[in-house]
Amino acid sequence: MPTTLPRPCGPAAGLVKGAMERTLTHVALFAALIAVLGLVPQITLATGVPITAQSLGIMLCGTVLGARRGALAVLLFLALVAAGLPLLSGGRGGLGVFAGPSVGYIVGFPIAAFVTGWLVERTTMPIGFAASAAAVIGGIGVLYVFGIAGLSLMLDKTLPEAAFLGMAYLPGDILKAVLAGLVTQSLARMRPASLLSRA
Amino acid sequence: MLTLTSPVETWAHRIPAGWKLLALAAATTGLFTLTFLPALTAVLAAGVVLCLSGGRTFALAALRLLWPLWPFIAVILVWHLWTRDLTGGTVILLRLVTAVALANFVTMTTRLSDMITVLQWLAAPLAPLGLPPRRLALAVALVIRFIPVMLDRLTQITESWSARSPRRPRWRVLVPATLAALDDADHAAEALRARGGAG
Repeated sequence: MPTTLPRPCGPAAGLVKGAMERTLTHVALFAALIAVLGLVPQITLATGVPITAQSLGIMLCGTVLGARRGALAVLLFLALVAAGLPLLSGGRGGLGVFAGPSVGYIVGFPIAAFVTGWLVERTTMPIGFAASAAAVIGGIGVLYVFGIAGLSLMLDKTLPEAAFLGMAYLPGDILKAVLAGLVTQSLARMRPASLLSRA
Repeated sequence: MLTLTSPVETWAHRIPAGWKLLALAAATTGLFTLTFLPALTAVLAAGVVLCLSGGRTFALAALRLLWPLWPFIAVILVWHLWTRDLTGGTVILLRLVTAVALANFVTMTTRLSDMITVLQWLAAPLAPLGLPPRRLALAVALVIRFIPVMLDRLTQITESWSARSPRRPRWRVLVPATLAALDDADHAAEALRARGGAG
């Protein structure tokens, strides 16, 4: 029976040597992961809507890194997009995307990652199921609230009309939430210690 | 990695990034209070003149950056043809295209390094909350460095799958890719620590 040291948690966790560097590199590497997942070729769904793994990256930030680090990773990614790197799916980027109709989704990204991570941190359910459920609530529920409000505002439509327009992405996003759960579960088996959302 | 900054040097490249961003914020806010069609047309015309002032190559590049908007333009056109409210539709489209074009203009005429300097200046008040500008700059550098590394790794994972299986890897590359990101983060954290920490 291997002895396990008690994990540092609470406010004292920041005092552990190298904890700040680990936070910094995890945030940076997951920001890069979101970018890379948006650059891989996209699949076109039966409805004709192209989907990329980018929003899966947002979900993974929450389920793997937890609320605070996950949201920071997404914010860092968005800062680089705003600075002019074409990292959003489809090679979009720059300040124009913040003036475009999908601005609601972009604003919702860090909040979605935070809610997803917060839910995974709080629940004691099996990690795979918990991560999928959290990704559905945070990465779809919360994200769509912001996204649809943004569509409604930018395209001057009522909320139900905007919701109708926004539903095109739903099948792909449900698929991605399930995948986020599966990936998180595999990671929990292979590197239990690296799953910061459950550390 | 390619940025969205235009290689064609224009007069606007020489204006400090902070002023351009301030002007953009003012212009965008003003734009969203406008509903008068001739006024919106005038602003769009000004935007077109702005883009043309950079020469033919620059204007064509600016036009290309507007391409991702076409699904929204198509949806709005169909919608307003259906509801027979073409004036309303034109106002929405003019406002949208102008806002995105102006924002793109600022992105195209500002170097990434200048944008990041502005970003650091904006983030300076966050220093007491545990985000000194130096740490932000380090995180930005890490993301930019690791995006090509992770893209290469993703290609390697896909190739090694293809060497062993006739099927396509699809979502199965996600677990090793995320795992590699977690391991890279740990290694980079150790390397930072060994070089005196991230300050």
